[in-house]
Amino acid sequence: MTVTSDPGFSRSEMMIVAAARALEGQHVCFVGVGLPNIAVNLAQRTVAPSLEMVYEAGVFGARPSRLPLSIGDPTIVTGSTAVVSMLELFGYYLQGGLIDVGFLGAAQIDRFGNINTTVIGDYEHPRTRLPGSGGACEIAINARQVFVIMRQSKRSFVESIDFRTSPGNLGGAEQAERIRREGGWLGRGPSIVVTDLGIYRFDDDGEMRLDSLHPGATLDGVRETIGWEIRVADSLAATPPPSAGELRLVREELDPGGVYTR
Amino acid sequence: MTAPKVASMRDAIADLVRDGDTVAIEGFTHLIGFSAGHEIIRQRRRDLTLARLTPDLVYDQMIAGGVASKLIFSWLGNPGVGGLGAIRRRIEGEIRDQPLALEEYSHFGMVGRYTAGAMNLPFFPLRSYFETDLPVANPLIRPVESPYSDERIYAVPPLKPDVAIVHAQRASAAGDTQVWGLLGCQKEVAFAADRVIVVVEELVEDEVVRSDPNRTIIPGLIVDAVVLEPWGAHPSYVQGAYDRDNRFYLDWDPITRDEDAIQAWLEEWVYGVADRAEYMAKLGAERMASLRPSAAAPSGSVDYGAYR
Repeated sequence: MTVTSDPGFSRSEMMIVAAARALEGQHVCFVGVGLPNIAVNLAQRTVAPSLEMVYEAGVFGARPSRLPLSIGDPTIVTGSTAVVSMLELFGYYLQGGLIDVGFLGAAQIDRFGNINTTVIGDYEHPRTRLPGSGGACEIAINARQVFVIMRQSKRSFVESIDFRTSPGNLGGAEQAERIRREGGWLGRGPSIVVTDLGIYRFDDDGEMRLDSLHPGATLDGVRETIGWEIRVADSLAATPPPSAGELRLVREELDPGGVYTR
Repeated sequence: MTAPKVASMRDAIADLVRDGDTVAIEGFTHLIGFSAGHEIIRQRRRDLTLARLTPDLVYDQMIAGGVASKLIFSWLGNPGVGGLGAIRRRIEGEIRDQPLALEEYSHFGMVGRYTAGAMNLPFFPLRSYFETDLPVANPLIRPVESPYSDERIYAVPPLKPDVAIVHAQRASAAGDTQVWGLLGCQKEVAFAADRVIVVVEELVEDEVVRSDPNRTIIPGLIVDAVVLEPWGAHPSYVQGAYDRDNRFYLDWDPITRDEDAIQAWLEEWVYGVADRAEYMAKLGAERMASLRPSAAAPSGSVDYGAYR
């Protein structure tokens, strides 16, 4: 990779902006813990102003005046449409089928979009204990579709995940479609993965395919950070760089401390 | 209206929390009963099973304090910041003389467990866990067949804690408890538990409760003790009263990475103070003032009407 001049934005900023843009046209989004929080809040301030943000803490229609510090924060309550118990949130809103997009983060993902957020290594004797499911498992099953945002590396994009916390396209599209249909799952699974290098969608085999490269990223760089032979779209797109407006919102309004963009 | 149940935190914990109990201090990011957790550490309870969706800093502190031998949970972390070192060291085997058993679910699974406990049901059915490793890791997550179709979904068992500790904005002396803002599972865990301790920012007259009955989530009927302890949820938040002390959550990260640092913290902030009032005095008025909401945002009032 040749070193080019400073593009004026970080790879994390590009990732967050690209993830936010993916929500254009979406109506109801379940906001997962971590990076989804800033991406979805940016979307509400840009491409999807009428987006209904749903937080597992028990909020429908959040209108946070600052970026929530985590997925529970007094700012997601003040001015929201509804505050409900977690039983109602998971029971009526998620399992009842009202969520268009579940936006998740991940520690490990495989080529079929199955996600691990539980352990690295063996479950009983883990090398690294991760947070666990939280609501991710049921979001992956019940949200109509799943978007994923995560930084990519050989450790996170792996041939085989150490623990399946949240199901994606299982062993491939054919199996996933059959099991989801026969099991009466509402969700059709993952549809987009946004990383710090590019945007991936899932092909007819249910396998991740690079669709767009971010500015500054190269195909070689992508391949070096994925633990399997990644499929690449015939017409590989170039992700438009963040606009000045998007960068201003991220830097000045949402994350002035650089928590997500460092 | 039942008899007054107002107690000090020291007496409530001494009377109602026993070695070997299953204890649930709930509150989903909001209304987390830190002061109750600290009192349990101070009274050196042992062999507790701690239940909570998000173990959070309070359980990291309690587990570092040696009170627990088992954890029932669904998401383990310092929300928005990082990990919980005291818990991780006991899971990852770095500390071997204080093993911590785990029983792990998803959020909906934990909510369902409390709900089944509260409703006296043998299980709670839910559409989760399909094609995941969670039922393998926890064999108490089991498939169940619908009696009305050939559908197979998963079930989780009821959870009936010996003690539930719920922080709230206000309650009457009889224990009628009102909450606004995020509700978490405060209601479900209280109805599921055998004994209930309510910790409040404000003790109010019965007529205040009766003026707005829709806001009551827990009736005094199921409450054993009411503890008046303003700022008892710090460093978590109480809607309308104080914000999350994010500096505390950030400062916890280097402390939790080092077992000696966490033990020193417990010495200074738990064993070294008599109660929450002393803890808050030590934290200081300036820090407290910085956590107040920037402006008031009162609800509009509704008219319940009078009928005769």
